[in-house]
Amino acid sequence: MSEHIVPKKIYYRIFGALLVGTALTVIFAFINLGNFNIVAALLIAIAKALLVITFFMHVKYSSRLTKLWVAVGFIWLFIMLAITMTDYLSRAWLVYRP
Amino acid sequence: MSMTPLTATAGRLTSEGEPLNYLNNGHGLKSWLLTKDHKRIALLYLFSVSFFFIIGGIFALLIRINLLSPEGLFNPDTYNRIFTAHGIIMVFLFLVPAVPAVLGNFLLPIMIGAKDLAFPKINLLSWYCYVVAGIFLTVALIAGGIDTGWTFYTPYSTSYSNSNVLLAGVGIFIAGFSSILTGINFIVTVHTMRAPGMTWFRLPLFIWAHYATALVIMLGTPVLAITLSLMALERVAHVGIFDPAMGGDPVLFQHMFWFYSHPAVYIMVLPAMGVVSELIANLARKNIFGYKFVAMSSLAIAVFGFLVWGHHLFVSTQSIYLGIIFSFLSYAVAIPSAIKVFNWTATLFKGSISYDTPMIYGLGFIGLFLIGGMTGLFVAALGIDVHVTDTYFVIAHFHYVMVGGSLMGFLGGMHLWWGKITGRMYPEYWARAAMVIQFVGFNLTFFPQFILGYLGMPRRYAAYPPEFQVLHVLSTAGATILGLGMLITIIYFIWSLKNGERAPANPWGASGLEWRTSSPPPTENFLETPVVTWEAYEFAPIETMDVLGYPGDPGKPSQPVPAEHGTED
Ligand SMILES: [Cu+2]
Repeated sequence: MSEHIVPKKIYYRIFGALLVGTALTVIFAFINLGNFNIVAALLIAIAKALLVITFFMHVKYSSRLTKLWVAVGFIWLFIMLAITMTDYLSRAWLVYRP
Repeated sequence: MSMTPLTATAGRLTSEGEPLNYLNNGHGLKSWLLTKDHKRIALLYLFSVSFFFIIGGIFALLIRINLLSPEGLFNPDTYNRIFTAHGIIMVFLFLVPAVPAVLGNFLLPIMIGAKDLAFPKINLLSWYCYVVAGIFLTVALIAGGIDTGWTFYTPYSTSYSNSNVLLAGVGIFIAGFSSILTGINFIVTVHTMRAPGMTWFRLPLFIWAHYATALVIMLGTPVLAITLSLMALERVAHVGIFDPAMGGDPVLFQHMFWFYSHPAVYIMVLPAMGVVSELIANLARKNIFGYKFVAMSSLAIAVFGFLVWGHHLFVSTQSIYLGIIFSFLSYAVAIPSAIKVFNWTATLFKGSISYDTPMIYGLGFIGLFLIGGMTGLFVAALGIDVHVTDTYFVIAHFHYVMVGGSLMGFLGGMHLWWGKITGRMYPEYWARAAMVIQFVGFNLTFFPQFILGYLGMPRRYAAYPPEFQVLHVLSTAGATILGLGMLITIIYFIWSLKNGERAPANPWGASGLEWRTSSPPPTENFLETPVVTWEAYEFAPIETMDVLGYPGDPGKPSQPVPAEHGTED
């Protein structure tokens, strides 16, 4: 196993990007986009999380097996959220006719 | 990967002239509490897991004593705390860690020909997490207990219960980290530390099962941690997540809780299935019928086990359409389990079967798990589940899976590898007797509960109508017999530490790398790194046993078969 040395410059850039993301989240909170406020907030959050995982957590420089595991983790999270949400989506479909 | 030859303790003797092994290589409390040897950590786990098993067992007996009479012995509030204690201790401090952290920890590196797990310090940390979790839960119990049931359903747990929910939540959170650390160690070790020649399809099925278990641990346990954190957040800071009074949804808690807790059933039972594969193969002296199918069925269970959690929510407000899908998927996940049961049975065909204790535990597992699994199909059916939800039918079902499955596997494995772990054999006569007593006691405890549940006896009730008394008394009688059987096992295991026969390297004529090193193994597991040139479960004809390196004489560590072709990965 070889340790990949990441130049400090990259860390500072990512840190900067994360700060920009935080600022954007705050700015968007003051703009009324209706339902899209939550979409914007989530998109920014996902982008920030991806930056942390790829660079700070060194996934970009890891083996394919590690990348597979990271992907599987997210797929599993997606499974949980997606199936749970189909519950909320379809709960009201059943109409009781007494 | 290449491995350096092992020389540290190879062939050395202790000052008493005994061969140096992992048990006598270092004395004193410090050499145990700071050990990085996976075998010693396995023993630390064995002590702590057994301790909590006994505590959990005492709570089980208190439950059964309460239910001897229809009006109940304890007041309902005390009874709530008793069954909650039983559930939490047995699930999080016994069933989840029992097989992987004890047998898995001890055997996984040896079975693949490695010196240790990939991260020995993390392995020790895992045990300390377990201990801290145990302390938190013990304090929670002593300080008055928890009355929510082991499932912590909201909003009761977040807004109404005045018991030690937080303390227990923190304890379980930490216990979760203990299993995550074990899981990550197993995965990395299997990927990177297999001995030369140990290809994936030469791995013992025990390893496949533990790999699949580690997969479930890694993907499921973080969700438990998140769920408990959200529960704590709502309880402490009154953030409305699960409590409808604050705009939350209690069914969301059930979704998240069972996203972990259904796969947790497989964390408990998959490793035991791995043990049973070893029991059956080695005591029938035959390769497991359909090795690849059994290996892959472990992975299938691990993956599909994550898609069925909603079968616990059939009587909640969960969408009926989603319920239909969950019911169907729950039926589908029975297929890989059935593959295992059928293939074990087929393995027995024309095997040279020995009815020593490990085998009868294996057969016990098959019988009890079959009943547990089949009644699982009852409760996975939408219509029947409405009738039996939260009744003793469900209690009986999952005890057949948990006790009949996990516990039988754990005890069977402890008997198969007792000589390897301790260097002493257990007394065969007493072991068989204890197994039969446990089997009878178990069935007498839980079979009446199927009937009780079907007749409508709800779970978690401290009192019941008088017409249920006969069945409850039978059940309590069974629990007493089961407890007696356990006691016998504990006594002769302890007795054998001093008085048992010395274990030869391979008392069963078994296949597998762990039988090609001394009992107990040296600290580095093997005197020299083994090179695997044979397939899994390759049994030599009995006449040729010595030629293939199976030891005939007790105590003599067997040497690995010399490599025919160089080192390959
Ligand atoms: Cu389930």
